[in-house]
Amino acid sequence: MTDTALNTPLPQIKSDYTALVRQRRMYSGIGVAIFIVLMVSGFMVADARNAGGFWDGWHQMLDFPAGVLSEAWEKRANLPGLLWRYLPALVETVNIAIVATLIGVLMGLGLSLLSTRGLALWPGAIPLFRRISDVLRAIPEIVIALVLIFMMGGGPVPAMIAIALHTAGAMGKLYSEVNENADLKPVEGLTSVGAGWMQRMMLGVIPQVAPNYLSYALLRLEINIRASAILGFVGAGGIGYELRNSMTFGMGKFDEAAAIFILLFLTIVIVDQVSSHLRNRLIGPGAH
Amino acid sequence: MLQIDKLTRRFGDKTAVSAASFTVREPAMIGIIGRSGAGKSTLLRMMNRLIDASEGKFVFDGLDVTALTGRDKRAWQSRCAMIFQQFNLVPRMDVVSNVLHGTLNRRSTLATMFNLFPTEDIHRAVDILARLGIAEQAAKRAEALSGGQQQRVAIARALMQDPDIILADEPIASLDPMNAQIVMDALRRIHEEDGRMVICNLHTLDTARRYCDRVIGMRDGRIVFDGTPEQLTTGVARDIYGAGADFSEAATSTAIETLDRQTGRSKVPA
Repeated sequence: MTDTALNTPLPQIKSDYTALVRQRRMYSGIGVAIFIVLMVSGFMVADARNAGGFWDGWHQMLDFPAGVLSEAWEKRANLPGLLWRYLPALVETVNIAIVATLIGVLMGLGLSLLSTRGLALWPGAIPLFRRISDVLRAIPEIVIALVLIFMMGGGPVPAMIAIALHTAGAMGKLYSEVNENADLKPVEGLTSVGAGWMQRMMLGVIPQVAPNYLSYALLRLEINIRASAILGFVGAGGIGYELRNSMTFGMGKFDEAAAIFILLFLTIVIVDQVSSHLRNRLIGPGAH
Repeated sequence: MLQIDKLTRRFGDKTAVSAASFTVREPAMIGIIGRSGAGKSTLLRMMNRLIDASEGKFVFDGLDVTALTGRDKRAWQSRCAMIFQQFNLVPRMDVVSNVLHGTLNRRSTLATMFNLFPTEDIHRAVDILARLGIAEQAAKRAEALSGGQQQRVAIARALMQDPDIILADEPIASLDPMNAQIVMDALRRIHEEDGRMVICNLHTLDTARRYCDRVIGMRDGRIVFDGTPEQLTTGVARDIYGAGADFSEAATSTAIETLDRQTGRSKVPA
């Protein structure tokens, strides 16, 4: 039974281990304490800097949604017509999101392969490509969109470019983490038959990571639909523009706001359903 | 004490286990053999309630296990330990923590989340590890151990449960012959010294013959053989595996002694 001679007596092992456990408990106790202190103090600071104060204002948080809901309910007869009226604007918003996601994902794919250790074409340039991803990710899309709208005038194209650049940065990071978990053995196999870098990536890496790529891309599409709606607020057209109009005019237009919220919600639900279906199809039956 | 009555499990239109029935009257060491896909794993998983049965009944000491739900089901699982082919330990946690997981059903969720186990449990875990000859590895991470050592940690986790039955699903299929023997010896010793029932899926006949008091053969989801190791002749084995006359168990045997038995053979068929 014993493959290692018992050099250490059993009581010694026990006391060593219990000492180890005590030490670990102390560390995790300290960790929990630090966590609580940070939570409480962070909340206090935020509350102190707040204009109104959280404890006085929190019960008002539900007033706006309640107002929207009650008014929309009163004018519920208008809803079907409003839904139909805003559908073209929604199509424009979704269109921006889809084009931006496609372009952004392709750029991110290139960036990720170039910035993954073990896969990169020029290993020396990995930090360069990582920083490019960081920069693209760091600049909020609304800033890029505002600059572009200033230069090119309002419309869907600035929004599309802005979202695509941000997506490229985010995907470059996410995909390179997926790539790091890819098995390098198929790549080595392809190298052994004399395949080039593009061939190794397309045939050795992409098939392994495609399901993950797809689900991240579809998640990003959801995020981008929301981003594209928000960019409408700053003049990029689409449903966000309509939402701003109906919300800033305040009372009396809340039925329109509710219709737009319903449309956005339905879009996200549909995208989610379609994406899980697509993903299952891609992974195929019998896969884990 | 254990009765399985027409236990059936279907996946879609495929029947993995079809009306399996057998009875065990006293704690024994039972081997279940059959080729891959015969339904051995599914049968054990139904007994542990990792998966639900489609039809049939499994009664243990008067307790209808197949009907249990929620807390009762988890209480049963703590009485019915399971050992897996791939060990199924938590790789990044140390050996003793993995063994202590055997007590999870008896402890509160909050305490176990922060890894707060009573000192007497920790001492018992180390004692069990010592019994299996791996007490020295106590503080190491499970992933740092060899396959044979990891499987003994898994057995220690099972013993920590203080179970009525130990189910072992291909416990030695990922191990080399030396470690396979150590693990099987350990299971046999647990059966003999503690009087626990051990039910073990095996894929090598000689292991089943050497270690088990009773052998059950499965083919295509059905139980086609149930008897003593002596009754398990080469002819019966051919039936169980659906093999032709060219079937020789020595060809793939993992027992080291088969090398001696085979001296003088002509040559390995291509």
